[in-house]
Amino acid sequence: MWLSAVITILITVGIIWVLLSESISFFQVVPLSDFLTEKEWTPLFADKKFGIMPLVAGTLLTTAVAIAVALPIGLTIAVYLNEYAHNRMKQYVKPLLEILATIPTVVYGFFALTVVTPFLQTIIPSLAGFNALSAGIVMGVMIIPMISSLSEDAISSVPRSLREAAYGMGSTRLQTSFGVMVPAASSGIVVSVILAISRAVGETMIVAIAAGQQPRLTLNPLVPIETITTYIVQVSLGDVPQGSLEYKTIFAAGITLFVFTFALNNLSFWIKKKYQEKYD
Amino acid sequence: MSKRIKLEAKDLNGYYGDFHALKNINIAMEEKAVTAFIGPSGCGKSTFLRTFNRMNDYIEGFRAEGEILIDGKDIYRKDVRVDELRKEVGMVFQKPNPFPKSIYENVVYGLKIQGIKKKSVLEEAAETSLRRAALWEEVKDKLHKSALALSGGQQQRLCIARALAISPSILLMDEPASALDPISTAKVEELIYELKNDYTIVIVTHNMQQAGRVSDYTAFFYMGELVEFNKTKTMFTSPKDERTQNYITGRFG
Repeated sequence: MWLSAVITILITVGIIWVLLSESISFFQVVPLSDFLTEKEWTPLFADKKFGIMPLVAGTLLTTAVAIAVALPIGLTIAVYLNEYAHNRMKQYVKPLLEILATIPTVVYGFFALTVVTPFLQTIIPSLAGFNALSAGIVMGVMIIPMISSLSEDAISSVPRSLREAAYGMGSTRLQTSFGVMVPAASSGIVVSVILAISRAVGETMIVAIAAGQQPRLTLNPLVPIETITTYIVQVSLGDVPQGSLEYKTIFAAGITLFVFTFALNNLSFWIKKKYQEKYD
Repeated sequence: MSKRIKLEAKDLNGYYGDFHALKNINIAMEEKAVTAFIGPSGCGKSTFLRTFNRMNDYIEGFRAEGEILIDGKDIYRKDVRVDELRKEVGMVFQKPNPFPKSIYENVVYGLKIQGIKKKSVLEEAAETSLRRAALWEEVKDKLHKSALALSGGQQQRLCIARALAISPSILLMDEPASALDPISTAKVEELIYELKNDYTIVIVTHNMQQAGRVSDYTAFFYMGELVEFNKTKTMFTSPKDERTQNYITGRFG
């Protein structure tokens, strides 16, 4: 028993150690300031530039689109399940939502590329074949269950007395849900969103397939971009010699990603702890 | 001198699934009087209270048969909007349940959801309601602080102020002082005594002395039945039913 726990810890430590040591040797060649401020990312070209910003921008862009899709829909589902749906309805809808989470991400990826993009092109003709918009939308659909299920838990843990107070004052269901229950559950909802962001930031397959592989410092969702994860896939699959500077870039990119998700997870943990007992 | 009847129940039966919780209740309550519901736990008095603003609608499996009349109008008819009904029938709960918002936001909540936005109107209503609930002096300097920072007794008076702000004509109180200390209880009772000049009040209480102190009429419930309903003085000095007598002399409950 304790052995398996130790093995997990050892593996985690190992991963972090590899990430750190490889990126340290990367940063010995490329100064950290260049890495953070350079506006281009072209490590595979003859004219090498190592600015992580385009990749970060791509990641944030797809993530923002995903959250813009998932938050309103996920929250509405959570409110619906909590305030409107009958228990039996709840029993059917919840597992159905969970199915969304079990679809392999590669399926989502080619769904974005072969269905969503052509459809969006009929509305926005200027949309490129690879773009952040469809990848983000599909990623949003993927994380809906995460937001709806965690938010639903948060809303249903709001004391019943608060709901009664709202109804007792003549609130309609809608006013009760969005005026009282959602604000009272806001810490839990924020946690669900942060975890969803962290999931979206680390998402690889969908963006690799549907968003393109062109690092670009832009906030325009209609053109091809590249995310941190996509870049790592691109280099890992390519014929970059091991130990070369190009090879080490993926560790630098990897550690950037790790810093992001690690910070987000800690943030959600902190919020949870800070606001947990507020309404008891 | 007989006053106007404000609240009435006719042949009311209430069920939780198969459990017959309210048995054929008939009662008529006067306007601007305090009526106390007493009885042992589980006797249906709270359930009955909650039929007057249809709060039981949210309890799965509950259904009511018969009529509840407010000003002669049946509130269980299909065309009655519960949100409108509850603007007429305010409610104060057993445990203080302020919203996790500021004191001010709590008091004006009911007005805001009715679409009133004008600041001067809201501020005036907040002050009036807080004064009526005898809380103004204690909170006037911290209106924008969280309501959750108040003491339990203050929170309960805030909940009363919140209910008064939407100017209902009826106030339902479900054991409003049971979670409070004696001093806060005294304050809430004093308040009830003053409020009855303007409101029809129905209060559920476990505390016999409290019923004696604040109410004009008392209804004794036992096992889902309304056993006896009379002027409080009459009821406490010469109860007609043996069960009432046993209960108020403390033989059970």
